[in-house]
Parts: sequence; C-alpha cells; structure tokens
Amino acid sequence: MKPVYITSDNIITSLGFTTAENMESLNNHISGLKMVDDPRLYPSPVILSLVATDLMENRFSGILAKFKKDTPATHFTRLEKLFILSISEALSKTGTNPNDPRTILVISTTKGNINLLEERYKAVFNHRRIFLWELGRIVAEFFGFRNAPVIISNACISGLVAIITAARMIQTGQFEHAVVAGGDIASEFVISGFQSFQALSPHPCKPFDKERTGLSLGEGCGAMTLTSSPIASEEPSVIYAGGAITNDANHISGPSRTGEELSLAINRALAKASVAPDEIDFISAHGTATLYNDEMEAKAIGLSHLTPVQVNSLKGYWGHTLGAAGLIESVAAIHSIRSGRIFRSEGYDQPGVSVPLNIIEHHESKPVNRCLKTASGFGGCNAAIVYQKL
Amino acid sequence: MDLIITSYCQIHEKKVVLNDRLIYFMENYLTFADFLKSVYKQEEINYPKFYKMDSVSKLGFLATELVLREKPITGYRSDAMGVVLSNSSASLDTDILHNESIKDRASYFPSPSVFVYTLPNIVIGEICIRNKINGENAFLITEKFDGKVLDNYIRDLFLNSEVEACLCGWVELLGNKYNAFIMLVEKAGIPENGPETVFKPLRFTVENLNQLIERN
Repeated sequence: MKPVYITSDNIITSLGFTTAENMESLNNHISGLKMVDDPRLYPSPVILSLVATDLMENRFSGILAKFKKDTPATHFTRLEKLFILSISEALSKTGTNPNDPRTILVISTTKGNINLLEERYKAVFNHRRIFLWELGRIVAEFFGFRNAPVIISNACISGLVAIITAARMIQTGQFEHAVVAGGDIASEFVISGFQSFQALSPHPCKPFDKERTGLSLGEGCGAMTLTSSPIASEEPSVIYAGGAITNDANHISGPSRTGEELSLAINRALAKASVAPDEIDFISAHGTATLYNDEMEAKAIGLSHLTPVQVNSLKGYWGHTLGAAGLIESVAAIHSIRSGRIFRSEGYDQPGVSVPLNIIEHHESKPVNRCLKTASGFGGCNAAIVYQKL
Repeated sequence: MDLIITSYCQIHEKKVVLNDRLIYFMENYLTFADFLKSVYKQEEINYPKFYKMDSVSKLGFLATELVLREKPITGYRSDAMGVVLSNSSASLDTDILHNESIKDRASYFPSPSVFVYTLPNIVIGEICIRNKINGENAFLITEKFDGKVLDNYIRDLFLNSEVEACLCGWVELLGNKYNAFIMLVEKAGIPENGPETVFKPLRFTVENLNQLIERN
C-alpha cells in the first residue's frame, strides 16, 4: 500500500477563514458559539456558530477575481462559496493540480444546499441545485477538476468517510492525489430537526461534562490535500496511517449501548496504522455533548484500552459542523501534530461519563506523534482515523 | 481480486425482479407506499419496524430482504460484512416532508421520526440492524447510477479493509420515481450457491453493473 501524505489544509468556521486563524482562536480560548436571534434560522433564539457573512462575501469576491471568473458571486450559494473558499486555500499551499487526471476530488456533506427548499430561494436558484451531485459538479468545475467528484453523505461521519475513501483510493493506486472537502451550513431545516429531537443545548455545549445537556450546531467547511508523492517541505510530514468504518446495527438515532462498534473501528484503524494504544498521544473525539454520544464514546475509548490517553472535543469552539466536522477536526488534529500544541476541551468542567477519561483541561505543549480521530452518527455509523508524524 | 455478484434484486416500474426472475408486478396502485406494503405482504416478510421506515428505507429494505433470502449471509462474521449504497436524490423525498412541517409558523411541527430519515445513510442503518451487519458502510451520491464509482469503492474495500462480503447498489426515490437495485458481492471461489438457487453468479465488473441495472 502506498503512503498517504497530508500536504495542505484549510478550516473555515465562525473563528476564521484559514487554519491559522482558527488555531489562533483556539489558542486564545475564543469560542464562536453565540446566542443567535434570527427568525430565518429558527423562530426563537438558539446557540449557533456562524461564519461571518460579510467577511465571506469579501473573500469570495477576491477568489472570483483570482480565478478570473465572470460569474457573479450571487450565482453561488452560501455552501458553494464555503467549499470554493476552503478548497482554494488548501490548493494555494500545495502543488496539487486539479486538472491532473491522477487527482480526485472527494466531497462530504450531510445536507448540501438544503436551504434552497426555502421559498425565498426558489426564484433565485435552479431546482437542480438542491442535488448533492450538482453541488459537487459546480465546485469541481470552478477549479477545473478533470475527474467527476466522489460525493459522500453519511451523516455525522461523512467527513471521516470522505478522508478514508480518498486515502484508500491513493493506497490502492487508483489516484495519486486527492482534495477532500467537507461542508454544511446552518439552516432552519437542520436546526428545527435537532430541536425536535430536543438535542440542542440551551447553553454552549459541554462535551463529556457532567452538566452537558445536548449539542450546539455550527457551520463551516474544511479541506485537505492528500498525495502519495509529497514535495519537500520544512514542516514535519504527517500521514494518514489508517482508518476504518463500522456500524452499530442497533438503532437509527441512538448510539450503541456498549460502544463496542466504535471500539472496533478504533481497533481496526490502530491495526491498519500498526500502532499500539499506548502510542497514541491524544484523541480528538467526536464529543457532541449529547448525553448518549459522549457516554458511548467513553465506553469505546475504554474498550480500546485508551483511557490514559488525553482526549478533547473541539465542538465547544465551533459547534457540531455535521458534514464538515470530520474535516475541520482532522485538520486541527494534524495541526496539533505539527505544532505540538493540544487544546483544552472547551466546555468541560467535571467528569460526566461512566468511564474515566483523561480530558484535556488546559492547553498544553508536548510532542505529538500520533493522533486518533473518531466520529459517530445517525444510522449507527462510526469512523476512526490515525494520523501520524513521520 | 475477482469479485462476483451472487444475488441481486431490482424494484422499479411497478415490478420486483429477483435474480432475473419477475416475482411481482402490480399494474395499479394508489400510492408508492401501497405498492411497497403490497410487496411486503406478498413476500410474507415479518418485520414490524418496516412500517416505521420512510419510503426510501422501505424500498432498500425490501430489495435487501429478497437478495438475502436467495443467498443468506449466515456464513460471514457480522463485522466482515459491509453495506455501500448510492443514489441521486439523497433523502430529498423525506426532506420535503420535514420541510412541509416547518413552512408555516402557525403550524410548526417538525417531527423527530421524520427528521431522522433526512439522511441517505439511514437506509444502511436499517439494513444493518435487520441483518446484524457491523462492518464498513458508506453512502455515495451520483447523478445517475454509476457502475464505475461503485466498482471503485467496493474493490478498494475488498482490497483494503476487513470486508469479505458486501451488499451494494442503488436506492433512489423521488416523488413517484423509484429504482432499487441491490446486490450481494462476494469473493470468487467461495462455495457455490445451494441447490435451491438458479442464479449463476455474475462477475462484478463495471460493464456487468451498468448492464444489469438496465436488463429488467
């Protein structure tokens, strides 16, 4: 199997438009979760992490000029703009060529342009725009990708599935380079749905905490470039070392009672990476802050003999960004490997799961060689990836 | 690696085809839900959770039931089985239902039992629960059925994961247009089908996939 190097990346959230801006906000203990009172998003105020629209529009105009596009910005949806901005930053820092027939684009999203179901957009965008393949086509066309994009929509693990899919295609030699991007926007569709589940916290979410009462939603986009043949760089090389996906086969909306299936995904990812549990330096957990998710994750971490390992969830900074989460949080984990800086699990105060975890309570600088990233979602799906410094 | 299709089912255009045999045809039905219910009853499937599913899950569930009736997967470990499905509209058919429930502020009643189905991979979850499948799963979106995308994904899984057998295919529904095409893919060289099956395994290739979905 060919090695898979991660050569560049981007994060767009409420905390910034570049990976550097986002990591600086984390380092400064800034959370993007705010009480938002916007009737276009929900009838009553709700905690959200939203990308700054004016800054987004500004940057997008710049990108249109840079790529010499005549299409006006109003012809792109909010999510398309996020995808294009995210991919353009990732591409600007690497030699990956979209036009190369050996390059594939993999896109992850749970709901795509779902806001186009709203009446106010009906006259603005063609009805085709609601289909995820059309979103993929528009993004791919913008950059001139030669191959049709692979589009993954697999609930909250979509981002990790997209990365695993791209990495496998490189490992088996189907492609040499991949651009992986994941995004979702805040919409009334999604907010009202989670609210109907009573899954949203009235306060900024508190992953793994005793007082946690649910998740906080966020929007954003993340991107990374993968390759089997990296160009020389001063930064330490980080690779995708292994990944796996499993299913609970238990319930479509409730997580496993035992955590065995997430644990299986973790064990398989570790085995693929030839890494023992005590060689993992920290875990970037899914940590949505719902009662059941965090409990299940803690059990899985226990079953995989990882309880001594430091763990955080970054959802307290930018919320649960759904199809973007796997990408954004993987990029942050890779940044932690490169910089040797791991971040406080924002929102955490006191232990709140039945298996004792080593939650990161303060930012810390330490050598980080290997990180485990996990995710779980509706439909009973689980995914795990090991990232490693070479 | 040589992979073979050992059983397949297609539900479209008012009919159910199982391993090349037309097993059900219903000329007239009021709603698509009636059609699905009628297939469920005719095939004597007993799984009360069926009635709670959204239409696209029912469609994928029924096709899978029939595929596995002809070629059971009891010989595999639950974590060596995978499910990889694809379609064009994701969960749009059910998204529209959820959207209807939030359109009007005077009657604002989003329902968790509808919302949970507004993700395309929920049908995979239903299939995994029914058949106790714990292995790899993924949902891919393509404009039309694309044998190449599916073939690439499945081949990588067999080469590069613990998967030893995989349910895969297409489960599309939007309004009154539907097409489910689900198959069981196994490694060539496994013991042949039991005497009760008449289907001669087909090689799992892009060409065969693209032809098979058009055959019936």
